[in-house]
Amino acid sequence: MAKVNVTVKILRFNPDVDEQPHWQTYEVKDIEETAQVLDVLHRIKWYQDGTLTLRSSCAHGVCGSDAMVINGHNRLACKTLVRDVMPTITVEPIRGLKVIKDLVVDMEPFFAHYKAVEPWFINPDPPPTRERLQSPEDRARFDDTTKCILCAACTTSCPSFWANGQYVGPAAIVQAHRWIFDSRDKGTAERLQILNDRFGVWACRTAFNCVEACPREIDITKAIGEVKKALTFGTVDF
Amino acid sequence: MQYHKHEAVIVGAGGAGLMAALYASKSVDTAVISKLYPTRSHTGAAQGGIGAALANLEEDHWEWHAYDTVKGADWMGDEPEIEFMCREAIDVVIELEHMGLPFDRTPDGKISQRPFGGHTNNMTKKPVRRAAHAADRTGHMILQTLYQQCIKNNVHFYDEFQVVDLILNDGKVAGVAAYEIATGELHIFHAKAVLFATGGFGRMWKITSNAHSYTGDGNAIALRRGIPMEDMEFYQFHPTGIRGMGILITEGVRGEGGVLINNEGERFMDRYAPTVKDLASRDVVSRAIYLEVKAGRGINGEDWVWLDIRPETVNYYFERDDIRNPDGTPRRIDADYVRQKLPDIADFTKTYLGVDPVKDPMPVQPTAHYAMGGIPTDVHGRVLIDEKETPLPGFYAAGECACVSAHGANRLGTNSLLDLVVFGRSAGKHMAQYCKNEADWTPLPENAGQEIAETLDHIRTNDGNEHPVKLKAELQQIMTDNVSVFRTQELLDEAVEKIQALRERYKHIGIQDKGKTFNTELLQAWELGNLLDLALVTAAAAANRTESRGAHARDDYPDRDDENWMKHSLAWLQPDGTVKLAYKPTRRIKNPDGAYKYPAIKRVY
Repeated sequence: MAKVNVTVKILRFNPDVDEQPHWQTYEVKDIEETAQVLDVLHRIKWYQDGTLTLRSSCAHGVCGSDAMVINGHNRLACKTLVRDVMPTITVEPIRGLKVIKDLVVDMEPFFAHYKAVEPWFINPDPPPTRERLQSPEDRARFDDTTKCILCAACTTSCPSFWANGQYVGPAAIVQAHRWIFDSRDKGTAERLQILNDRFGVWACRTAFNCVEACPREIDITKAIGEVKKALTFGTVDF
Repeated sequence: MQYHKHEAVIVGAGGAGLMAALYASKSVDTAVISKLYPTRSHTGAAQGGIGAALANLEEDHWEWHAYDTVKGADWMGDEPEIEFMCREAIDVVIELEHMGLPFDRTPDGKISQRPFGGHTNNMTKKPVRRAAHAADRTGHMILQTLYQQCIKNNVHFYDEFQVVDLILNDGKVAGVAAYEIATGELHIFHAKAVLFATGGFGRMWKITSNAHSYTGDGNAIALRRGIPMEDMEFYQFHPTGIRGMGILITEGVRGEGGVLINNEGERFMDRYAPTVKDLASRDVVSRAIYLEVKAGRGINGEDWVWLDIRPETVNYYFERDDIRNPDGTPRRIDADYVRQKLPDIADFTKTYLGVDPVKDPMPVQPTAHYAMGGIPTDVHGRVLIDEKETPLPGFYAAGECACVSAHGANRLGTNSLLDLVVFGRSAGKHMAQYCKNEADWTPLPENAGQEIAETLDHIRTNDGNEHPVKLKAELQQIMTDNVSVFRTQELLDEAVEKIQALRERYKHIGIQDKGKTFNTELLQAWELGNLLDLALVTAAAAANRTESRGAHARDDYPDRDDENWMKHSLAWLQPDGTVKLAYKPTRRIKNPDGAYKYPAIKRVY
């Protein structure tokens, strides 16, 4: 595998010492082209500058810890390979959430929006003794939105969210969609009511940034469109 | 220092912790403390399925599941606990569906199931469809579903708090100490009962499927508080990690018909497991890969093989072996089916290898995956602290950090997700009852948190010249070279010695980040201390077990020795830094006539 040298520019901020964020540049030598940007950042943290701070966990794109802005695009550092962003890699924290330190942002407002759409199963009927039945077609209807890992790459790429943090954001709508179009769930009216607000789905201006940002390749704008359509027609059967 | 008070405190927010929280919070004030946001927990990385004899597609019985698990465990599992898990499996999977979990469906709308390694029809000995699944992201859906239920039920979460100590007083649990990552402040949680559900410790090896956060924190804390670790010599290497990276490729690939191929183009599992072939248990398949590599039949003579799910390959072997659907028609797959059943695998291999699995085979090698051993518990999650099985009042553990032992010497695929929800549920129920029965709170000792505060301060401010990252790399090299798929006395003794030397050097570490705000360098250095302690007891327990059983394979003792070794190890870390070992018998079930219900026979797949 080919090895390369890369220049990494990272937007850094430590509230204990810095008044303003500032760029710091690192050189990383002899790294495989197929290494992840997460590997590059760990190489810096582990061998050059222990103060560099970021979140990471699974390191293969399923836990959602390491969303950041890489070369201007919202990406997971562990799903972005060096060869696709070299030779100069710029890394910034995701936008629209307060920076705690370096690449770590305050996720609380993001999870508050998530919780606001009541992202849990609602069905007051007593369950049968065995599983509720659902046809493969009904199951397929919401498959795409079950993939969401709550990394916030979509919400923090959205101009409407940057303009007003009260907007629930694409991730919360994706999570609502996952239930609204699940044939077993009976909370549709309730959830649609929550989203029928100027800070709900109507704040979406279909900029499509979210679709480009999603590391799970969820068709987010389509999901938001389906929720808007359900509100407009008063039904999910279309 | 800040103080908090909750009757039940759960440490870790993966499948076991959240299931326990859901049940405990029904009747007592419950808090979950986790170093990660709950949805980041490693349960979310589990792919292939959760085992339960639902019999949705063909005949199956929980008793068959139990027998397969006893056999998979190489007769090291505790049989009543295995029966408990496999019996509860059906009910708990239905319960997950009732919580809204989006399982894949059969044509008639039931939960879909697929074959998995070691799960068989006990009559025909052929693979049985037992793994209930949601595509290849079953763990992700379990984690999301349980978290949703917890927030709905107003469970109190302390996210990004690292629990760093267990507080005991007069032989009872009094709470935990936790480090708030954002601020660097220490918090004391006063509790009646504490449950550890902190996951595994695969990061002591170089190639692992485990998250960076899988550093055995709960196990190491317990070990330092005088609690032994059970069966640490049994650590599972999953056969199919992505070559060089260790990222898991689910056994579900082989469940859907995928095969392992050596450098000669041979489907070599034909020779190692003539009946179930690529669906033998993981220890058997990992050893087979190792032996192929040793014989020079790794790809290009290197240490890896191909995993092939291309429809033309799969259909060739389906036809050769006359594999049929439940309705009797010949089984065949196409590219669309593979994409639908294994979408995340296709995503991983495309992202990291540039390989589309329906067009090209995937390069794989064994990867450190799962700890069968851990904190000794019973089916209620109660922690048992010696060979007489004395419980420590108020202390519970569940999930990968615990050892019930339902997995013995080797866990079957799909039984880990099952373990999380079954034992998480029973532990949550029991700890709630315990909290209600205990009218009085065990008082916090006067100096609660002081010792760990000093330890963390030492790591942060010490100007030692040992670099924790370098020590970690050395540890991972030792574990990979000496405590891996095949082992010998010489290698294991050497590992113990070398790890002791690393533990000595660890006392002199120094880090660069001296701040309090979100100091992950400090936490990673502390986590390394956890890995070092657990690696030591792992190597010591392995060095003492002079037989081969399940995942513990010794070149110098190639056979299972039931006469001398049908017993669980318990390893204590003593104050002088040495390891003390003791043993307790495996629990077996006898029939009314006095014969063993599951006679120990040689394992053949």
